[in-house]
Amino acid sequence: MDVARANRTAVERMMSARPMLRTVATAGEVIPGMHDRLLLHAGPPIEWERMSGPLRGAVIGAVLFEGWAEDEEEAARLAESGEVEFAPCHHHGAVGPMAGVISPSMAVYVVENVTHGNRSFSTLNEGYGKVLRYGAYSSEVLDRLRWLNDVMAPVLREALSDSEGLDIRALLAEALHMGDEGHNRNKAGSLLLLKLLAPLVARVAPDPKVAAAVLGFIGENALSVLNPVMAACKAMADAAHGVEGSTIVTAMARNGTDFGIRVSGIGDRWFTAPAGTPKGLYFSGFSSADANPDIGDSTITETAGIGGFAMAAAPAIVAFVSGVPSDATNATLEMYEITVAEHEHFTIPALDFRGTPTGIDIRAVVELGITPRINTGIAHREAGIGQVGAGLVRPPAEIFEEALLAFAENRGI
Amino acid sequence: MTVLRSAVRRGAYRDSIVLMQLQAALAEFPGVEDAGAVMGAPENLALLEARGLFSDAVPDVGPTDLLVVVRAKTASAADEALERIDDLLRREATDASASFRPRSLEAATRVLPDARWVLVSVPGRFAADVARQAIALDRHVFLYSDNVPLADEAELKRTAREKALLVLGPDCGTALIGGIGLGFANRVRRGDVGIVAASGTGLQAVACSIHALGAGISHAIGTGGRDLDTDVGAITSLQALDLLRRDAGTRVIVLLSKPPAPEVADRVLEAARRTSKPVVVAFQGYEAAGSGYEASGDGSLYFASSLADAARLAVALTGREPAEPATTSTRQPTGAGLAPHLRGLFSGGSLALEAVLALRDRVKPLFSNVKADGAAALPDPWRSQGHTVVDLGADEFTVGRPHPMIDNDLRVQRLRQEAADRDVGLILLDVVLGYAAHPDPAAELAPAIADALRPDLAFVTIVIGTEEDPQRVEAQIERLEDAGAAVLRDVGEAVGYSLNRLGLAGATAERPETGGAIPGPATGDSGDPATDSAAAGPTIDHAEAPGVALADLEAPGVINVGLESFRDALALQGADVVQVDWRPPAGGDRRLIEILEKLRR
Repeated sequence: MDVARANRTAVERMMSARPMLRTVATAGEVIPGMHDRLLLHAGPPIEWERMSGPLRGAVIGAVLFEGWAEDEEEAARLAESGEVEFAPCHHHGAVGPMAGVISPSMAVYVVENVTHGNRSFSTLNEGYGKVLRYGAYSSEVLDRLRWLNDVMAPVLREALSDSEGLDIRALLAEALHMGDEGHNRNKAGSLLLLKLLAPLVARVAPDPKVAAAVLGFIGENALSVLNPVMAACKAMADAAHGVEGSTIVTAMARNGTDFGIRVSGIGDRWFTAPAGTPKGLYFSGFSSADANPDIGDSTITETAGIGGFAMAAAPAIVAFVSGVPSDATNATLEMYEITVAEHEHFTIPALDFRGTPTGIDIRAVVELGITPRINTGIAHREAGIGQVGAGLVRPPAEIFEEALLAFAENRGI
Repeated sequence: MTVLRSAVRRGAYRDSIVLMQLQAALAEFPGVEDAGAVMGAPENLALLEARGLFSDAVPDVGPTDLLVVVRAKTASAADEALERIDDLLRREATDASASFRPRSLEAATRVLPDARWVLVSVPGRFAADVARQAIALDRHVFLYSDNVPLADEAELKRTAREKALLVLGPDCGTALIGGIGLGFANRVRRGDVGIVAASGTGLQAVACSIHALGAGISHAIGTGGRDLDTDVGAITSLQALDLLRRDAGTRVIVLLSKPPAPEVADRVLEAARRTSKPVVVAFQGYEAAGSGYEASGDGSLYFASSLADAARLAVALTGREPAEPATTSTRQPTGAGLAPHLRGLFSGGSLALEAVLALRDRVKPLFSNVKADGAAALPDPWRSQGHTVVDLGADEFTVGRPHPMIDNDLRVQRLRQEAADRDVGLILLDVVLGYAAHPDPAAELAPAIADALRPDLAFVTIVIGTEEDPQRVEAQIERLEDAGAAVLRDVGEAVGYSLNRLGLAGATAERPETGGAIPGPATGDSGDPATDSAAAGPTIDHAEAPGVALADLEAPGVINVGLESFRDALALQGADVVQVDWRPPAGGDRRLIEILEKLRR
């Protein structure tokens, strides 16, 4: 098929996908292919030896959480032994922020694209500070994971069973008009989530204290909505995957060591290169010397046309990347150059309600030398210390070139 | 002892003007003797080598790498200069980044949707592809870039014609569209003379002369020097004649070119006749007598013998009383004996050709890198011999370096080289003013002239420009004269003056003037000049090709891809313009470029 037409088809599938947050369930029961000794992780495939600090820490934490080992040393030995299998979240319809580790017992959001029928999954966001996704595995971290699993998850499952599901696409469209870009800034979206969940939770919670704890946790965590948003973006991107002849990117993801992309018309192959280190602002006491290379599946937001691509909607966070609101506008304008569509549902008031740049075309990336712009958090390179800053990163240009060469080869060019 | 130090910025593309500013700034540092800043294409490295700015110690670079080389008295002086590179480049970047700068043509069309013109001045090997994209986006193309293959030119022009679009160029230096100058252009008043020209500086010279004579220009459409080649078949010239035929504001047309192939000439002259407007034809160097191109019996074609003659004829045909021509140098020859040889160092190709044509029967042997009967090919364009006229804007000089109308470095170097030859008694220079040309050429040429003068060496300059040009022609003339140069305003006069100074006047009988008597005003053969396409009979030559919209010639908006000085010049004229922040596609990687082209189709 003609590349332009194939891309049109792919991006129309991406935009017409309607992801609904259906329920909360246990990973091992809902994620296809999930099994007893499998850990999912962010980014393209990677083995233990090459994992960076935060990812190793998260793996150890997940092994302890599952009770496969008694302590840190034993957990590390087990991970190294090959008795635990690793696979990218992306291979199982899932996505995870930062280390993105999902183990079989963890509670996950289940998002369904009601237009095309595909489903996607992500864990419940743990909030700030010492958290598994940054590689922390202290008892405090494991206790919070247990609370999420044992207290919050059943309440949310019950609450959502009373609804037809929450329309995450509509939530995102609204959040973009409230100063979010859907990746680094999720304040508005998290409050919208709270608004939608509050009456449902109030109705089903076993007692007011539990309701208060659950709603308080969601409301105080400005990243609460990030995980369902990522799952929604995954559902939208997956709908665009596998269109023959399409050069649209359907996954961008980092495992803390490598940055990888997948392309709609090239099947399931990853194109990878060493991940860069984000440029940005650091929390006090930290500097770029503390930064881990880029990590996490949250680049699925940019893949679906929000995040760094919708920067013009979120002038409040331009300080992370340099300075003035016009920089935010220019960031979005730049992304129009490498995308094939303007989103039908996600619009930007400051740009006269123009749709966000959607559907990254590897041809445009290679031709113009403009790589996608990604807003991201920055992880400490040592396990368990947590987030040290936030900023801007771009994928390595060569993975787009390699993908284009592979695409051309498949077509006999 | 001097030291050579270099620095490389991989993948940091900058246009040649920015590089020039960088090297000029570096050369100002204390202890620095010379500095070069180029993109690492082989031809640029050769230029550095020629300037003594290359050694084996310079690292390997490719065409997308920025290479800076500094020659200084001491290593520390060189290093201090090199440390400032990023600051100097950043200042350049921040100055210009106030608003969004699109990287692709497509994005630019969204920034300025009404812009109907795309001005392309990227390096030649990328230019055809940019032009192709512009045509695909339904825009007219002004293609300044040179070194574009002839086959690409023919293909571009055919494709454009199908879509009722114009491709001016490649190697098109100038145009005046609706009073706005594209590329190098002088500020001339608007009027009723239209110009179609396959020569850039020829167009500028004629437009300036017409302005000086009190008339003005409706539109002046450059076509590129090869438009009348057999392979191209005058596609753009024919479209342009058709446009001027339909344009109510044009009463007289000037058609300017090197002599075309006979079959092409027939078609173009036939089209000229069909405009039903008087057409002044200046085929530079073409001998009217006996060639079969005599003025047509219906009196609509007038053959001019020179650029100045073409301007005079055109103004007379408008029925206007010509104004007093601008006064030229009154500085009288000093009468001192000059060394024997003449050297012409030109920035304008058509002006160089005009000089060769005026000189060829008077001085022998005459060498030139301009092709013309009566002039021998200069074996090495970098070295003059005997009497020589060099076009320093020719392709062999402009690969990887700015045009001599923008950058005087090469000309000043060559001027010193000629002056060092004791047999040289007269150096002839053109100084072309106008938008996008060097902002103050006299500031660089005058000191070089004053410095090189000797009792047996004279300088003669031809200043092309108007009093409304940004450089202020009077100030330029004054400084050139103060430096000791004679100043004239057209090539013919300057050559006559020069021959006189060299004692060569009257060496050969003058060629007969072919223009003959100045005609009276055109009356129009059939009442009012035909101005409406429906009323003016069939569209010229290619009945099936749609005509270009006249509206596209008025208040043109422009997308500028390439030299930022062209953007600045357009902004100065009040035109709507958007700059594309262009880089070589796919970083210049040939395999990737090939794939991208195939996938686009």
